[in-house]
Amino acid sequence: MSILIYAESAEGKFRKVAFELASYAKKVAESLGTTVTAVTINAGDTSELSKYGVDKVLKVTNDKLSGFSAKAYADVIKQAAQKESAKLILLSSTTDSIYLAPLVAVSLEAGFASNVVGLPVSTSPFQVRRSAFSNKAFNITEISSDVKIIGLAKNSYGIFENTSNLAEEDFNPTIGDNDFGIKVASVEKVSGKVSIADADIVVSGGRGLKGPENWGMIEELAEVLGAATACSKPVSDLDWRPHSEHVGQTGKPVAANLYIAVGISGAIQHIAGINSSKVKVVINSDPEAPFFKVADYGIVGDAFDVVPRLIEKLKLFKEQN
Amino acid sequence: MKILVCISHVPDTTSKINFTNEDSQFDTNGVQFVINPNDEFGLTRAIWFQEQQGATITVVNVGEAETEPTLRKALAIGANDAIRVNANPTDSFFVAKQLAEVIKNGGYDIVIAGKESLDYNGGMVPGMIAGILGYNFINCCTDLIIDGSNVKANREIDGGRETVSTTLPIIIGGQKGLVEEKDLRIPNMRGIMTARAKTLTVVEPVEASVNTKAVKFEKPAPKSAVKLIAADNLDELINLLHNEAKVI
Repeated sequence: MSILIYAESAEGKFRKVAFELASYAKKVAESLGTTVTAVTINAGDTSELSKYGVDKVLKVTNDKLSGFSAKAYADVIKQAAQKESAKLILLSSTTDSIYLAPLVAVSLEAGFASNVVGLPVSTSPFQVRRSAFSNKAFNITEISSDVKIIGLAKNSYGIFENTSNLAEEDFNPTIGDNDFGIKVASVEKVSGKVSIADADIVVSGGRGLKGPENWGMIEELAEVLGAATACSKPVSDLDWRPHSEHVGQTGKPVAANLYIAVGISGAIQHIAGINSSKVKVVINSDPEAPFFKVADYGIVGDAFDVVPRLIEKLKLFKEQN
Repeated sequence: MKILVCISHVPDTTSKINFTNEDSQFDTNGVQFVINPNDEFGLTRAIWFQEQQGATITVVNVGEAETEPTLRKALAIGANDAIRVNANPTDSFFVAKQLAEVIKNGGYDIVIAGKESLDYNGGMVPGMIAGILGYNFINCCTDLIIDGSNVKANREIDGGRETVSTTLPIIIGGQKGLVEEKDLRIPNMRGIMTARAKTLTVVEPVEASVNTKAVKFEKPAPKSAVKLIAADNLDELINLLHNEAKVI
């Protein structure tokens, strides 16, 4: 009856979302009087999970699963849920977890609420708050099925330490050949850079920067902050920056702790994609730019003057802190 | 090649989001509805297959009569015919089950649905269809090439992209990248006229379990006004980010 989480890892190391999910699961488990079991796939050392309250880990180690397959991974999670008789399964909102979640839901005939923010509103009936309408509203969703699945929105709960005694168990679910209908030919990943999905801080540039040749200061600002770089839609449409950097409604969503928008006016489609970031800073020469309406902190000023000075000040700050 | 494009009827992004009936229902008053942008990328890619590889396109929506103008718009853009499953789409599994039924009856090779709709942002319908039918499924698909029964596709992953191959039939969770914004088509007068004569079949829903229900809606608390910091006082910004917001 314990709560099952899928603790996601990449190259043998847990992703941060795994710890957020574990922290969240622990809190829910306490309110339900139960425990947390994590299933891991080729995660290597799993002891770190004990810091965040996981009571038991089902370790799957299988070469067939070395690359991601939504169907195979969904199958593993399903079998882990059945083994533990889990009635509540928690998943994160990474691209991979969003891919496999509906497959798990169908196979377990489970109701699934995605984009969940915060702890359940009520456990009987089981109700959660989820973000909807591109972060312009929330809806309270009731899940009525016996087995329930929650997809936790990234960065919506936080990571909390809560040490537990972790029991480890090797787990060998059955993986069929029909789990591999989709064959991965190649994976391209930008190495050495923080991805927008994993970043705590995102520095984003817009058309106000006038041309791709001016992106050096955006990259430098991002580097000082350990941030990912992003851009607005017009910038990616103009091919100033790669499409993978486009954030907004039709681009990548951003749910960072800090989002810094430089020379971005703040079209509604852009805001829809970045609005779940916790703190938003805007630097724009136009005080009428709509971004000022949604930002927490704003500087009315010329990016070419402000950003280089900000970089120097931040370098000094980083040295002192 | 038979393609089914699933179309969600969603409020335009610029719409004011309000709720009625004690916050239990979305207030459609004065709201402009459009084809869900993620679906429109898929539809436009399907039109490309129609023009280049002789595909036929059916568009489908699970919704009540008021969604028909959105289906007509898809027909005006170039889809061959349309199906409306006459039901209120309240739960993703229910919707997926209806679409799976349409797919079984129609024998489609390719099913494209947006990776998520801009209203409920559930993001689960394409995956659930694949789960119900046992078809191959590619989510967050950013490029799709069909050669006979072979499929080559790109999918977006966190921090990069993956190239995959598989075979038909296939379910695609579509998004920008299938085509770019500049490739999207605005229906012309001829398209609008011919769309009126195209077949729009209304079918009744099949029974399906409903596992989730939106019971109430809330709007976020009003945001406090932006704190403006003088451009020559960047120390203050760093101080606020460090001590007040605690994000650096």
